[in-house]
Order: sequence, then structure tokens, then C-alpha cells
Amino acid sequence: MPLIEVNNLVKHFPVRGGVFNQVVAHVHAVEGVSLSINSGETLGVVGESGCGKSTLGKCIIRLIQPTEGQIIYEGEDITHLDHARMMPFRRKMQILFQDPYSSLNPRFTVRAALREAMLLHQVKPPAEIDAEIERLISLVGLRPDAADKFPHEFSGGQRQRIGIARALAVQPSFIVADEPVSALDVSIQAQVLNLLMDLRETFGLTMLFVSHDLKVIEHFCDRVVVMYLGRQVETLSTEDLARAAHPYTQALLGANPIDDPDDRRPLKVLQGDVPSPLHPPPGCPFQGRCPLVMERCRREMPPLTRHGPGHLVACWAAEGGSENSA
Amino acid sequence: MTSAPPHPAPAPPPAPAREPVLRVRNLTTRFRTERGMVTAVDDVSFDLYPGETLGIVGESGCGKTVTSKSIMRLLPENVTRIDPASRIEFAGRNLASLPEHELRRVRGEKIAMIFQEPMTSLNPVFRVGWQLDEALRLHTRLNRAERRAKVIEMLRIVEIPSPENRMDDYPHQLSGGMRQRVMIAMALCCEPDILIADEPTTALDVTIQAQILDLMESLKRKTRTAIMLITHNLGVVAQVCDRVMVMYAGRVIESGSVRDIFHRARHPYTRALLESIPKKGGRVKGARLPAIGGMVPSLFNLPKGCRFSDRCGFVQDRCRAEEPTFGEHGAAAHPVRCHFPIETPVKISVRAAP
Repeated sequence: MPLIEVNNLVKHFPVRGGVFNQVVAHVHAVEGVSLSINSGETLGVVGESGCGKSTLGKCIIRLIQPTEGQIIYEGEDITHLDHARMMPFRRKMQILFQDPYSSLNPRFTVRAALREAMLLHQVKPPAEIDAEIERLISLVGLRPDAADKFPHEFSGGQRQRIGIARALAVQPSFIVADEPVSALDVSIQAQVLNLLMDLRETFGLTMLFVSHDLKVIEHFCDRVVVMYLGRQVETLSTEDLARAAHPYTQALLGANPIDDPDDRRPLKVLQGDVPSPLHPPPGCPFQGRCPLVMERCRREMPPLTRHGPGHLVACWAAEGGSENSA
Repeated sequence: MTSAPPHPAPAPPPAPAREPVLRVRNLTTRFRTERGMVTAVDDVSFDLYPGETLGIVGESGCGKTVTSKSIMRLLPENVTRIDPASRIEFAGRNLASLPEHELRRVRGEKIAMIFQEPMTSLNPVFRVGWQLDEALRLHTRLNRAERRAKVIEMLRIVEIPSPENRMDDYPHQLSGGMRQRVMIAMALCCEPDILIADEPTTALDVTIQAQILDLMESLKRKTRTAIMLITHNLGVVAQVCDRVMVMYAGRVIESGSVRDIFHRARHPYTRALLESIPKKGGRVKGARLPAIGGMVPSLFNLPKGCRFSDRCGFVQDRCRAEEPTFGEHGAAAHPVRCHFPIETPVKISVRAAP
């Protein structure tokens, strides 16, 4: 049984304006995403800015209330649970942000931040909290004296380690990592990714890893969901990325510069920009930039169809492949 | 130069007879801070040739941005001191000591710069067309109609659709990629000899990054503008640079052709940096990345000897005692600041299937 199941999740943000501050439009941030994450698995979500990948992550742990759809955690529908009944799930589901500095209270020492989380969720008797804090701090590779420092005294990589310690303090089983290494230098990025891999193994964590960097996703995740303009356009195992069928996934792969000066190739694979999520085009969201666009794409949104084992694609042009393996 | 558009193979090292357009010698920039003087850029020397792209690579705090801003003299004068021995030679003049009013003729007109976040360098209350026009008003003698035509032409060159309408937009009405295009148009409208691009694509999505890099590359080939590309993205460097300079804690630690750096990197730091990036198709289930331990030292508290010594996997006693000089080892075209440079070539990649 999957740990988490998401069915047809939709999130529209109202845009207010005009004299009476009425809702004049909606930002279509997430448009009907369905996915499931097995226990111990890491699912990547990749896409460009504004594609709804962060909104999706926050909806799943209900930091944002979805407009429609269903979130099932360990068989229980948590989509509409009230605050009190949500609390035990809040403990189990934690989040790491891109910039831990803005998610750590600048007036709290590391010890105070960790203690607050542990007291709120009553994971340890108060007498054991200090020992637990020390254990967590060494677990994420910080020196013991870090406990009594403030967030501004740390570098970006160290702050991300504090963010990780804070998430782990309440013994979660599911973590949403929202671009956790994007703001870090290359060498620090590798350290933090390695740390997350170690912790994932030690605690058997299930993760949703949101990133714009397909190379990091490929390295870190088991499966990946590719999003474009709020839609899920492809889902596949990271080992199958070379066989990606959606033209957008292929473009993302092609646009990622290769680290070899002897392997230079045209990087420019797509014309134009992502359309506005305020007025998504009818039909396929990718039609305006797609090299394979057909008449049908402008009218009808292609459904997510099975393209192979564990491989879902929403594309009319990629349809051909689905027949032999479905 | 071999031509395989749009991204040609790296240019061969410039022939010695070619004159560099910019010659930087012993550039040292210090900042006055609450904790005393700190040397952000320490004795940096390099040449930049017409029509080449020089990549400057390093982690945050290594001095790559301060180097470029020192060349443009864009650092706040009240807290910055460019060492009087520094020489920034451009068109027969030393920019390091040029008076401000003369510098203004160079800045923007001969040497232009684009930044990471175009929104902070565009004025939010003026239309983008007006802002482009301002550059032309200051640096050219064109009349109003000619300037308008030039603005539209520039926006068209950077591939902004329907430039006649777009020039009346405010910066917030444009997407990130569009804004960066406007910045490039602004930087190039006076046909500068040098374009300094400080992380021009870091804030952009990969498909947009590809468009912008492609644009810079084709403009470079058209105008022979020399580009200094500051970035931490090694993939971008491999794809567009001809030569590379690697910086660490204010020092240049290795420089050479892009092939030298990616295939024959000799400094342990360069090597470690190349190895620590996830490789495309290089997934081995559960494999850890070869990360560099520790972090960049504080400029207030640099280790004695080699600045990389406390993180280096090959450190020896001599490294902790004396700092290596730059170019003591290595060919003139591929100098390295290390007592014990690595001799073996870089393993091309870990592309072998698991």
C-alpha cells in the first residue's frame, strides 16, 4: 500500500482586483495531479518556475488547502481534517525549504527551535529533550556548540542542516524537500545531498523532492513527476529518463548543459516562454512551444496514459508508444 | 575557430601575437569592515582576448564578482580599496586609477555588464524602451528617431517578440527571461568591447537559460565582443567558454583552456568541484557524491599556507606551511597554484551504467 496517495489534486489561487476587490481570475497552479508514493520511496517533482511543483508539495502536507482532490495518508483521507485531527499527521509530515534562513526564527537559538517542535508534538519527555537535541545536531554533522547559536551565525549549508535537524526532531516518516539544495554552492550541495541520502536510509524516510534540476533529481530520486503549467505531463522511473516520451521532458534533458567541452551541442531546444497560469491555453499546456504540436493538441488536453511499466505520459504525439506496452 | 553552430567547439588558445583587449595585473581589492580590512581579491592577473569567452568559476565568496566589479569600479568607494599596485589595462589606460568622469566614458559604452537578477538592475518605474533609450542618449549622438529605431532593432536582436509594443512595457510586465534579454540589449546597444556577465542565467529556468546562452554566443560571434562569464554552473562553462579561471578564497588557483580544466584539471579543488556535481546518466543506486568536506574558509581567518589545505584530500606538511605561487607548476597556458598538482587526466565521467 502506498504511504501517500494524491487523487486529482487541483489548486486555484484567486486573484482579486477592481473596485470591490472581487475575484477577477484564478491562477491555475495545480491542475489535476494524481500520484502515489510508496513507503521508503523518493519521488521527484521537476519543472520550471511557476509550474506548480512547490504548490503541489505544500498541498500534499496541507500547508496550502487544495481546491479539489483528495490526499490519502496511510489509508486515511486527510484532505479535510480539522486542526486538532490533523496534528498527528503534521508530526509525521515535515518540510525542508530552499532557504532555511527564512523558515528559522532569527530570535531562536537552534536549541530553542528544536525544543519548540519537540514540545509541541510531545515526542520526548521534557527531561530527555536536551540529550535529543545534541544527538540531532551531531546527526546532521554540526558541532555540539551549534546548539546555542542563532541562525545568522551559520553559512547556507549549515542552515540547511539545521532545517533538516528541525524536521527530524519530530520523527517524521514523510518529508517534502522543496528545492533543498538549490541555493547552495556546488560542493555544499553534494554534502547536503549525501546527508539526506544517509538519513533517508537510516530512518527509512519517504520523500517528495521538488527541484528544477533534473541532474539532481536523477541522482537522488527513484521516480519523477514532470510538471508543466500545473499539469503532470510525464511520470517515470529516473532510470528510464533516457526513454522519456514527452517532448517537454526531452527538452528539459536537452537544455541541461553537459559538463564536457568536447560534447557541445545546441542548447536551445525550445522557443518562447511558459504561458501565464492565469489563462492557460485550451488543450495541451505545452502546445505553444512544442516541436511536435498537432491540430488536436490545441483543442483537447491529452490524458495521462500508460506508456510502459510505471511510465505515464500526457501527450498526443507520444501516443504511438503506448500501444505496444500498455 | 571551427564552426559548428550554434555552439562552436572551444577556440584554440589565442596566438601570442594577438593583443588582449583587457589586461589585469595583480588586482587586489580590500574591503573595510567592522572586523577590520579583508582582502576579497588577492593578486589576480589575467588577459581577455577579443571574441573569446572567459569563464570565472568558484563558490560564493571566492572573489569572482568582486573581480568583475573592480574592473567596472562599481564597488562602494567609501569601504573599498583597490590596491594602487593593481593594473587594469584597457585601451591604453589603467582603469584602476582612472578618474570617475573619464571612467564613465568606458563604463557602459566600452565595457558593459549584466547581472544575475535583471529586476534589480532595471528601474521599475520607467518603460523598458525608455531605459534602453537612456543608454543611447548618454553614449551616442543619435537623434530621437534614430534612437527609437535602434531600440527596436536591439530588442529584435535579443529576440523579443513584437518589440514595438514591448518597448512600452514596464519591467514587471516581462518574464524573467525577457528581462534578461532587455538587460543584454541594453548592455550591447553601445557595441561594447567587453561584456561582463555575472551569473546571467542563474535565476532563469533551464530552457530559458539555454536561450540566453545561445543568444550571447551568437552575438559574440557577430560582434567579436569579449565575454567574461562569471558562474558557478560548470555545465554552462563546458558548453560556452573558451578559457576558464578557477578562483578560491580570493585567489586564482588554476586557469587554462576549457579542455585543460575539464579533462586535465590539476588542482585538487578544481578536480573535487568537477567530481561533486551529479552526472547525467551517471546514477548508481544509492551512490554518494564525492563531496568536498568542510567549507570555504573565512577571509578573516585564512589557513596558513595553501588556502585549500584544510579541505584538500592530498594535503601534505608543506601545504600547511607555505602558500604555493601561481604558475610555479604547469605550462604557461595552464598554470596551477599547488605544490603537488595532480598528474593523471580527469576520468571523463561516471557515465558507465550501474
